[in-house]
Amino acid sequence: MLKTILKPFAKLFEFQARTHYRVERHSMALTFGIIIAAAIGGFVEIAPLFTIDETVETDPDMRVYTPLEQAGRDIYIREGCYACHSQMIRTLRDEVERYGPYSLAVESKYDHPMLWGSKRTGPDLARLGDKYSDDWQVRHMVNPRDLVPQSVMPQYAFLLERELKTSDLSDRLGALRAVGVPYTDDMIANAANDAAGQAMPDSERSDGVWERYGDATAVRFFDGRPDRVTEMDAMVAYLQILGKLTDLPAKIQPAAEE
Amino acid sequence: MMSNLTGAERTSAMTITGFGALIGLIMAAVGHGDPMGVHGWIVLAFCGVLFFVVGNSLYDPQPTEDRAASYYDDPTKVGIILTLIWAVVGMAMGVWVASQLAWPDLRFDAAWSSFGRLRPVHTSGVIFGFGGNALIATSFHIMQRTCRARMPDQISPWFVLLGFNLFCIVAASGYLMGVTQSKEYAEPEWYADIWLVVVWVVYFVLYIRTLARRNEPHIYVANWYYLSFILVMAMLHIVNNLAVPASFTGAKSYSAFSGVQDAMTQWWYGHNAVAFFLTTGFLGMLYYFLPKRAERPIYSYRLSILSFWGIVFFYIWVGSHHLHYTALPHWVQTLGMTFSVMLLIPSWASAGNALMTLNGAWGKVRDDATLRFMMVAAVFYGLTTFEGSFLAIRPVNGLSHYTDWTIGHVHAGAMGWVALISFGAIYSVVPLLWKRETMYSWKAVEWHFWLALAGTVVYVFAMWNSGIIQGLMWRTYNETGTLRYSFVDSLVAMHPYYIARAFGGLLFLIGACIALWNVVMTIRHVPGRVPERDYPTSSEAMEPAVPAAE
Repeated sequence: MLKTILKPFAKLFEFQARTHYRVERHSMALTFGIIIAAAIGGFVEIAPLFTIDETVETDPDMRVYTPLEQAGRDIYIREGCYACHSQMIRTLRDEVERYGPYSLAVESKYDHPMLWGSKRTGPDLARLGDKYSDDWQVRHMVNPRDLVPQSVMPQYAFLLERELKTSDLSDRLGALRAVGVPYTDDMIANAANDAAGQAMPDSERSDGVWERYGDATAVRFFDGRPDRVTEMDAMVAYLQILGKLTDLPAKIQPAAEE
Repeated sequence: MMSNLTGAERTSAMTITGFGALIGLIMAAVGHGDPMGVHGWIVLAFCGVLFFVVGNSLYDPQPTEDRAASYYDDPTKVGIILTLIWAVVGMAMGVWVASQLAWPDLRFDAAWSSFGRLRPVHTSGVIFGFGGNALIATSFHIMQRTCRARMPDQISPWFVLLGFNLFCIVAASGYLMGVTQSKEYAEPEWYADIWLVVVWVVYFVLYIRTLARRNEPHIYVANWYYLSFILVMAMLHIVNNLAVPASFTGAKSYSAFSGVQDAMTQWWYGHNAVAFFLTTGFLGMLYYFLPKRAERPIYSYRLSILSFWGIVFFYIWVGSHHLHYTALPHWVQTLGMTFSVMLLIPSWASAGNALMTLNGAWGKVRDDATLRFMMVAAVFYGLTTFEGSFLAIRPVNGLSHYTDWTIGHVHAGAMGWVALISFGAIYSVVPLLWKRETMYSWKAVEWHFWLALAGTVVYVFAMWNSGIIQGLMWRTYNETGTLRYSFVDSLVAMHPYYIARAFGGLLFLIGACIALWNVVMTIRHVPGRVPERDYPTSSEAMEPAVPAAE
């Protein structure tokens, strides 16, 4: 029985072994063999993702990150926060109950790169936006153990002291447009101004933020300090928008009833 | 070392290092005020020092020996030392970050010393610094011996080895400054990535040229594996790192892919970095050193073929099993799972092949700690690939992903398989390279073996426990149908395991320090002995090859 089943495979392997015996005498034949064998799988799995429509849902209301939020995202990446916090709520019951509606592909459509993570030393952050106050976020960064005594998160008090570098934000938005984020010329040209305006509600620069990114954009002293724009402003602005770029997940998955 | 270079080679070495120093200077100038500028100074210092070292000996007497009569081992020697230095650095970093999770205040109030910035220094230091140097050094050794031919020139091996280490230094120093593109195992930014492509192309050309000069009709098994490592890593590296820099004067860049496509590309890369960096390369090492040390031929040539093509073809499909239950389309997840399970066959073909080779040589395994390193490495390879296929199954992955179980799994592979096979290879190659009678202390090798094994076991068991406990706590419900534990509850439960992990890592680190000490003492204090027949021979002239059982 087993022999009958294995027979065609044995024949196939016999053929492969004989072919290989010839191939291993020619380094270039081996080279091309390896390249072809290794290319097939990647091509079959990755290429369709760019063409099949169902890969990413369409959502006309999906908004882009403001320059301040993008700067915050860059700081989040710089500090390696992704090593401990994922941003992907999976389609598992306990995750949906703990964190909220599961993540959709469209939510990370403008994330270059994605930050789905592979390890949760801390909780998932995909629905962190507006969950806590700005003040909570700032204090949590300054010393996590003040708010959660058992936390093992490093403290990031220095973010409060560092002035946010805004001069290269236009370049950054420009590069993001080059990879497919729909920033307008207007947004790119005013990036530095808008970043400052979003963290300085009293200045007239804020009007431009609403004009370009919509009335719902949060404009406030994220770090609680009116005198200057710090890296903490950017970080908190970013954390407060997580899961808020679109309300599609909440629409298609109503919250679980108890 | 310099005395083995001809005048022309010294001149071209000066040209290359001078050019490198110039690039460093330009980077330092345009990247002013950005981490890229700091990297410019590092490149300048690195190339500048080499420039003066070469320049200093430019007019020294030229080598007279007939080069074709010997193998070129100088870069291998330096590579072995660098391997051990990176091992100590990378593992020390690992012990530090592991301790930070147990005791979060274990850091200075500086930006660079947080877990998020040190963690990639550990991963890259161990994978690329330790693993990469071990692969490059042993590949130089193996390709010459199995081809019975000397490397075609003396500049490109140095370019590959030192260029790769420059990449590692730029990567590690970048993480401390917060330069990262956040893709796992591919954190360095665009200019480091471009540099690595240059180094890698030279590596491939060097490999192919040596193969072209071989005095053997067939290409030896180990070389198939090393060749697949070089080729596929290039493919993965280039696609995964496609990015647009924000400006040419700064380090920041943005990935060409976003969201779900980026996740798939990243795991296609990430899992195959495991396949083609941490598996096929080290299998090449295993296929050469294990039979050599056991003085037995490989158990089955057919199994080697099956394993080789199976791994090259199957592995590339399996990255998507990291994305179960995510927004990745379901069909890709299923494909990844299916191929992961099938992958067990070629993986075990190699593990079995290695262990069967030891049949009839078990007495040697008992007496020789070097061979024991390789035997245990093969066992861990078998265990880890079994665990890998198991973890790729959807519900199991749902439990293990995002927990320490995955950390335990990769460390069973990294410590038990990659590091142990490398140490075995180092201990067999060091006396041969430096033409010494033996290692300085066999007792120290024995100590290293048991420390490494104990460290791995403590580490892996701690992480299995913590990972499964954590995963189960996350999904435990009360009778009322609500979640039983908060996230913080699960975090508190991890504390004892985090301490155990740091302890296991410390044992492993001590072993690596002993290895470095032992190798240095061997070079300095052990009397010399010229090995029999360790030089290129020609099959056409009917000279016998060095037999596998030397």
